[in-house]
Amino acid sequence: MNSRATLKQARLGVIGLVVLVWTLVPIYHMLVMALTPPKEAHAGQLWPANATLENFETVFRQGHFFLHHFWIQLWNSVFVAVAAALITLLVAATAVFAISRLRLSWGSGVTTLALLTYLIPAAFLAVPMYRTMNQYGLLNTQWALILSVVTFATPYAIWVLKQYADKLPRELEEAARIDGATPLQIFRFVFVPLMAPSLVAIGTYALLLAWNEYLYAFLMLSREQSMTLPVAIGLFLTNDDPPWNILMATGIIYSLPPAAIYYAFRRYMVSGLTAGAVKA
Amino acid sequence: MTTVVQAQGVPQQAVAGPARAPMSPEALWGAMLVLPYLAVFVLFVAYPVAYGLWLGASPANYVRLWNDPIFVRAIVNTLVFLIIAVNLKLFLALLLSGFFLYPYSWVRWISFVFILPWAIPSLVTILSFRWMLNAEWGMINQLIFRLTLDDGPAWLNSPTLALSAVIVVHIWKYLPFWTLILLAGRMAIPAELYESAQIDGANRWQLFRFVTLPGIGNLYVTCTLLSTILSLGDFNSVYLLTGGGPNDTTHVLSTLGIRYAFGLAETGMGVATVIVALPLVIPLVIVMIRRFGRAVEA
Repeated sequence: MNSRATLKQARLGVIGLVVLVWTLVPIYHMLVMALTPPKEAHAGQLWPANATLENFETVFRQGHFFLHHFWIQLWNSVFVAVAAALITLLVAATAVFAISRLRLSWGSGVTTLALLTYLIPAAFLAVPMYRTMNQYGLLNTQWALILSVVTFATPYAIWVLKQYADKLPRELEEAARIDGATPLQIFRFVFVPLMAPSLVAIGTYALLLAWNEYLYAFLMLSREQSMTLPVAIGLFLTNDDPPWNILMATGIIYSLPPAAIYYAFRRYMVSGLTAGAVKA
Repeated sequence: MTTVVQAQGVPQQAVAGPARAPMSPEALWGAMLVLPYLAVFVLFVAYPVAYGLWLGASPANYVRLWNDPIFVRAIVNTLVFLIIAVNLKLFLALLLSGFFLYPYSWVRWISFVFILPWAIPSLVTILSFRWMLNAEWGMINQLIFRLTLDDGPAWLNSPTLALSAVIVVHIWKYLPFWTLILLAGRMAIPAELYESAQIDGANRWQLFRFVTLPGIGNLYVTCTLLSTILSLGDFNSVYLLTGGGPNDTTHVLSTLGIRYAFGLAETGMGVATVIVALPLVIPLVIVMIRRFGRAVEA
């Protein structure tokens, strides 16, 4: 009996090991490259024999042709992500409040529109969206990217938030109504506090969506001063033999904030974001 | 003043059922609060979609597309990518969701590491794969050389190997998300079902076949459909790994559309490339909306 349990543990252990190797190999490769001195980029090392932080220093000093605007581009990424998250939250939360709590008669139609938008692959809409932003005069401004992300984040936000909003008890709202609160006051003082956990999850979702967005960012932003970090990283590839060590160091710096946020809000993210799909 | 007094009576009716009066303050507030979303929808979804359909309307575009071998290749690639990547990914997710069900603490630690690909921007990890697969200096071929003293294949210079690498990269990135979804689905199956089946003498395979599968079968189908739509829009895995190369043999529809519109400045062709996928997208969207609708009613 005991040996059978051990055998089972060992079998599971092998699966666990395979999962770990599969997951970590590209990340390990990133670290090795980022820690290797630039002149050894083509040495094909399996581990960083002469590990150095030189590449990170180059990034922070903006000491490479591709990185002359690193800090402003990092700031651009922060600004776009925060703005997109706040606007998504505002647009989605007010819509859900109207649909779910004020029982808007055409609310289910709005939900269907949102669902329909969620099911359009964003890459498919890129060309007309680019032309549209040009017509609106927003091309090459960060608002083009922010509004694109809001467009693709709000449908999912509405879908997930509505499932939570529909479950809220009505008693608090009714008490507030009897006390003469307007719908706007109910939204502000009853709805938002009760929905706080799912709003955090959705805000984080939109924040990460904006931070990670590459296609729309490189289409909409072509000036080095206004582009976000992923566009700048993509520009490395315009060189036939890009400095991979510096590229990977920049990539690691760019990955740390979303990874940290992700792990910090892991509990909310997993339960909040999987709920939408698991329901179906 | 009288209207205000009347108005305050309305919410109590609204509690009993949807307010019928079209201009009750509740309805007015409701309309005002959905307005921002409707504005986003009209300005950034409805208008671009209509504009796109108009841009891609000329039949001449489709004749030219059909005569372009790169386009035909991209259609085949898209289908291969969808069929293999989506199904392999979800099958692996189904198996792994079983692994992550084990209540050992070391399994929880592995799950902590396992979701890293989901937490890190795909741009960075795809570029890591790209250099790792470099024929001369990449880590994979270095490892092959040290182990076998033979040169490894030129991964990204062969159309078949490059498309396979795209599929691997896509699965690497999205496997954690679908595993978590299926894991949540499995954990929602009541434990009593497993217990009573075990009392009836069911073995592990029978438990899976007669308890797990009926419990998450519907979810699995939904995940497959949803993942098919989402994977159609996976631009990064192809664009950043192979750039459509070698010689434009690994394009999928989403990257080919961008190549026409921005690489070759042929907007109409770029939009038409994407419109070609609508016969696949529209039925999927209809089925998905029905499924989501049922889920909400349940």
